[in-house]
Amino acid sequence: MNVLNGAESAAYAMKQINPDVVAAYPITPQTEIMMKFAEFVANKEVGTKMVLVESEHSAMSAVVGASAGGVRAMTASSSAGLAYMFEVLGIASGLRLPIVMNIANRALSGPINIHCDHSDSMNCKDSGWIQLYSEDSQEVYDNTIIGVKLAEKLHLPLMVMQDGFITSHCLQNIELIKDKTVSDFVGAYNPETNLLNINKPITIGPLQLPDYLFETKRQQAEAMSLVEKEFNSVCREYEKITGRKYGVIEEYHSRDAKQVIVVLNSAAGTVKTVVNELRKNGKKVGLVKVKLFRPFPYEAVNKALSGAESVVVLDRSESFGANPPLYSEISNSLHNTSVKLSSVVFGLGGRDLFETDIKTIFENMISNKKQDKYVGVRE
Amino acid sequence: MKGYKEIPEGGNIIIPGSSMDYKTGLWKDKYPVRNIKKCTNCLICFSFCPENCIKVVKGKIQDADLKYCKGCGICAKECPFKAIHMEAGCFIK
Repeated sequence: MNVLNGAESAAYAMKQINPDVVAAYPITPQTEIMMKFAEFVANKEVGTKMVLVESEHSAMSAVVGASAGGVRAMTASSSAGLAYMFEVLGIASGLRLPIVMNIANRALSGPINIHCDHSDSMNCKDSGWIQLYSEDSQEVYDNTIIGVKLAEKLHLPLMVMQDGFITSHCLQNIELIKDKTVSDFVGAYNPETNLLNINKPITIGPLQLPDYLFETKRQQAEAMSLVEKEFNSVCREYEKITGRKYGVIEEYHSRDAKQVIVVLNSAAGTVKTVVNELRKNGKKVGLVKVKLFRPFPYEAVNKALSGAESVVVLDRSESFGANPPLYSEISNSLHNTSVKLSSVVFGLGGRDLFETDIKTIFENMISNKKQDKYVGVRE
Repeated sequence: MKGYKEIPEGGNIIIPGSSMDYKTGLWKDKYPVRNIKKCTNCLICFSFCPENCIKVVKGKIQDADLKYCKGCGICAKECPFKAIHMEAGCFIK
């Protein structure tokens, strides 16, 4: 057992994965990840070439270049930094480069704020990247290792989310696996083609007009459709070496539950505590935590939730003028059921979500009362 | 034209030098027609063609290579002897 915060566990996973190139630019709360990783580089504990660039746009461009050159490349970011990368995110996924990036979720400006919500990663949910959300340090560590293998299998980039400060800066007990086990699990990265192989010259990223771009995008959609099955198989392999069982969603006392909450990331831990407490009083409540948000596991969610009487979806980001992102997807998953579904937005800009808030939500569900659309905001 | 299952991933080009196979002449809606009787081989069209699709063989101007000509009409506009005019169509030969 080790004690690491979320940022350190991301950095430790990166150390064991031993990427060839890491390019990064600091931004709170991601800085902690790269600070720790830079320490590993300085102490020669990894063979990584670390590129300290002048912006996130350059960081993502540098890892795109490295990945196109045929090596394993990683980076990390948060909030405005991720937004500044946005243009290059589409290039990474469009060119099918399996870059893995850790994100410490932080509210997007403005007004400027450094604390957690999911407005940054939700902003790029449709950029062609696989998105894995992590509840705690352990999941950050495991998702990063699983993520590298998954990304490289399907030639798709992948981002691993953790809640800024809440997860990234809080010390937690975590089980690490041996360096050799990790390197055997992820294996060596040997892409079939790369830009630097002069014996097999290729062009990457040439112009594609109306005659071919549609086919390339169709191909990308096809690769995304394979993710769920491949993720499950990588998780089964990971379970064999760690004993930790993961799936596209986590069902916590939800199988026989009448009232279920759906949430991403660290808030799932708080919901679990409340579920335990209410279960002791005989209430049939449960939690479904979505781990794989892109591609979205519609069928698994439908199966997990269609037996419930009512479901509340907690979103830590707002889609102004529309349904929030997680609620939208859950609603799509349950369109053919009679489940009573409501949306609750919480925690914007790092506002805490308390156990009492969750208890009230469950009680409202049980007594069939209308839910407040926003929890924790002052009227 | 190839389907999405047949093309390389990410729009990569895996055959070197294959840009010659891309017939950009398909883009045009007008093409140049040269009147050999009026042409004096002055080479003005050759030097103005932005696509370099008008070739010179032994000092003699050749007809524009319609596989790559995009129909911009600069040759017709610049010809001092009005030996070139544009006609509607997209021939690539």
